[in-house]
Amino acid sequence: MAHAIFFYIFSTIAIISAIMVTASKNTVHSVFFLILDFISISCLFIMIGAEFLGMIMLIVYVGAVAVLFLFVVMMLNVAQQKNQWFSGEQSSKHIPIGLIITTLIFLEIIIVIGGWKYKPEIFDINNSIAQSNISNTHSLGQVLYTDYIHVFQISGMILLVAMIGAIVLTFRQRSGVKKQSYIKQISRERSEGVEVLEVQSNKGVKIDD
Amino acid sequence: MDYFAIIFQEVYKILFLLVPVLVSVAMIVWLDRRVWAFVQKRRGPNVVGPFGLLQSLADALKYIFKEIIIPASSNKIIFILAPIVTMTLALIAWAVIPFSETQVLADINVGILYIFAVSSLGVYGIIMGGWASNSKYPFLGSIRSAAQMVSYEVSIGIIIINVLLCVGSLNLNDIVLAQQNMWFIIPLFPMFIIYFISALAETNRPPFDLPEAEAELVAGYQTEYSGMMYAMFWLGEYANILLMCALGSILFLGGWLSPIDLYPFNLLPGAVWLIFKIILLFILFALVKAIVPRYRYDQLMRLGWKIFLPFSLIWVILTASYLFYFNLLPVT
Repeated sequence: MAHAIFFYIFSTIAIISAIMVTASKNTVHSVFFLILDFISISCLFIMIGAEFLGMIMLIVYVGAVAVLFLFVVMMLNVAQQKNQWFSGEQSSKHIPIGLIITTLIFLEIIIVIGGWKYKPEIFDINNSIAQSNISNTHSLGQVLYTDYIHVFQISGMILLVAMIGAIVLTFRQRSGVKKQSYIKQISRERSEGVEVLEVQSNKGVKIDD
Repeated sequence: MDYFAIIFQEVYKILFLLVPVLVSVAMIVWLDRRVWAFVQKRRGPNVVGPFGLLQSLADALKYIFKEIIIPASSNKIIFILAPIVTMTLALIAWAVIPFSETQVLADINVGILYIFAVSSLGVYGIIMGGWASNSKYPFLGSIRSAAQMVSYEVSIGIIIINVLLCVGSLNLNDIVLAQQNMWFIIPLFPMFIIYFISALAETNRPPFDLPEAEAELVAGYQTEYSGMMYAMFWLGEYANILLMCALGSILFLGGWLSPIDLYPFNLLPGAVWLIFKIILLFILFALVKAIVPRYRYDQLMRLGWKIFLPFSLIWVILTASYLFYFNLLPVT
């Protein structure tokens, strides 16, 4: 009973906040709703016993990805751009692309759920978890680092390439920037930096700087 | 009826944990100021109550009776939510801290991940406060702080991986029990140092208190806050510092284990030892505040990404290869 009540609470929050992500006018508010959505979905993960996935979801999506989203949304002036998109002729250009992408995602979801419903033996998720009383984290590790090690490493490589690509694309060498060299700063000694001068009264000293 | 009994029991347990945490937060603020004053040859707060112990209580009373000012152009809902988020997140992480083998509110399998997740959510209170204030200084402070906390979380995560390699479990009690023969501070001493410095940066303590660098940003993300809302930010910050000390003592100093497993020492309950270790780490935190000047922002980022991250990654490889070569990997 209590389980069902909590399930409905979290799933209702997840769906409502997912709708609010697209519906709210203020972009920063949409990101906050997205965060609420992530949190309630990780609660659902924990409820079905996938505590590792739930925690990783919190750490990666809420703790890192959504922070970057917030950064970008706060720094860019998205409010102006949004108005340009949704007014005038420009908006009609985006509608077909959006429709194609949403249809594709919808078809993919139908295929996955259909397969799950009518051919449950394809997804033998229950094998590794149900057979023993080891924790969710252990069973994930046992599958991930044995059967799927190549897939795991390839996904790591793809992430690495994406990271290098992003760095290369945004890197630009600017000339005429004052840069501090740490080695130079640390290796300075008293004899180079300080000079003791005799100052005669009423004459002063000239220092080249 | 059973539900009510269970709920009542849990609420009782939660209160039994939270009230001491809140009281010790107040005490720790006093201790912080006393240690700080002691280093600088001042007296510190010594007027209210014996040794000034009630100073924090007096401060809290002052904050309660102050007026809460909400700026006219601020985003009111998020402005009010920000201190609540900070304080709540700082307190809920205490649910998994073990005070002895049985004295733990929630003995979950992924305890260390839970603490890591909650502390990575802590950045939202700061971002929300800075953005909702709709003012330049808070916004700059919150952006600085978000970048800083995200950077240092990475190195804390890798340090935790080092410890987990030696334990083979994500449960905090298992981590403590794995240190019965030797505390992890001995084999992983460099990691303890990096953990300590990263914890300073993660909780925005000096010398990494750039989000509230008063010379540049007034008070950073707290500039527009007043009264009880400011006090909540402040309580959340100190509760977070205590949590980082608790995590450090669990990961490296053997948690609730007594330092010597002999007759007179292991009579004391585990909670006493844990509190003793937390206070020890906190005094170190306070000493650092008193003796080290503030970092420059680019130096802070360089320290996090270019020194701590590669070094702790190399240490992960070293630990893993050592354990693998001598066949010491914990297998369950």
